[in-house]
Amino acid sequence: MTLRKSLLTVGLGLALAAPLAQAHEFWLLPSSTVLSSPGYITVDGAVSNDIFYFNYRPLGIRDNLVISAPDGSTLEAENMVQGKLRTVFDANLQANGTYRLAIANASLMASWKEGTETKRWRGNRDEMAANVPAAADELVVRESVSRLETFVTVGRPSELQAVTEGMALEAITHPNDLYEGSQASFRFVVDGKPTADIKVELIRAGTRYRDQLEKITLTTDSKGEIHHTWSHPGMYYLKAQAAGAAEQGSNIERRLSYVATLEVLAQ
Amino acid sequence: MHKPLLLAFGLLSAGSAVSAGIELDIELPQIGVADYRRPYVAIWLERPDHSVAANLAVWYDVKMRNAEGAKWLKDMRLWWRRSGRDLEPPVDGVTSATRQPGQHTLSFVEGQSPLGKLAAGDYVLFVEASREHGGREVLSLPIQWPPSARTASEIQGKHELGRIGVQLIP
Repeated sequence: MTLRKSLLTVGLGLALAAPLAQAHEFWLLPSSTVLSSPGYITVDGAVSNDIFYFNYRPLGIRDNLVISAPDGSTLEAENMVQGKLRTVFDANLQANGTYRLAIANASLMASWKEGTETKRWRGNRDEMAANVPAAADELVVRESVSRLETFVTVGRPSELQAVTEGMALEAITHPNDLYEGSQASFRFVVDGKPTADIKVELIRAGTRYRDQLEKITLTTDSKGEIHHTWSHPGMYYLKAQAAGAAEQGSNIERRLSYVATLEVLAQ
Repeated sequence: MHKPLLLAFGLLSAGSAVSAGIELDIELPQIGVADYRRPYVAIWLERPDHSVAANLAVWYDVKMRNAEGAKWLKDMRLWWRRSGRDLEPPVDGVTSATRQPGQHTLSFVEGQSPLGKLAAGDYVLFVEASREHGGREVLSLPIQWPPSARTASEIQGKHELGRIGVQLIP
């Protein structure tokens, strides 16, 4: 029994690896990342095969979009429209400092056996105890935690609030203070803790007009940090992913992903 | 040979009671396009660590309704990064309206706004111009303060800026 269980877990682990290499990218693309004075920005959201081209599906934005103002208050998106290939919304940025636009999701999937029957359940952590028997046979629980975000600054960049759940980027270099020829440093945290060995990929916009993707792959060091000197200005798609046990002693397989759109400005 | 020359300059400046300072001749070139708009221009002095010692002039569209003209200040992107984003325009004695193509002479006197008192050392003078429907250009010239003698130098722009004459007056 124990053997079967662990075999199953291994099998699931492999199955989990497949979606990590999925072909579609999810992203937000703001009209500006730097504003001299308060005003509107407009933002595109899409799921596509190529970054920053609308060629597959609109980004499904429900109640999970949070626009945080520099003082930590939240802001409503305006004029949300979902088209066939993209979702569009506006945001009225009236305060000086940095706004974070984020879509965070966390969901659990459980499967177990009751006799010969396989049971499945999907929901969030709070609901799990009531719906999934803790001592079920062949119980496998997978948690998927994702965060998709971008940053826009009016005036001078301001400090960002820490993200304590899931994977996130912590600014050593502010994400609205990136320049061609300058080094940027970011720390990656999982549940607020710096985490080593996270694979981070960077792809610059405009892939349609070049032969190679020119993907930059970095791995976080023992302090959870990456350092990169930008050789080209432009919009960048940053993706970081990791998989592992949710916490020590837990049987929850956890899949974490983080995506950010960053603008690197010309000198 | 050098000494008498310097002396002569010294006498000259004493005679005309010129205070220490910087004189700039800024040339904005004529650009023959139908949708010409006067450029936004920023002129500032930096220390070797890129901190800004003085904002000398910022020309932008100060008259637009609802301060709409401030919207494009970020297009002088080096200035915006080094200093612009820390200011609340308009800034007395620094910001003013955009200027027409041609020669513009600006005088800055040490101890007076906007140049103020400069500590002795190395500086870099920057001139950055950005034009709607047009391009952007940055010119820079290293200077030493205080100058031991009256010195004149110039830098030449190629697109959005013409000749920039720089005179340092001890």
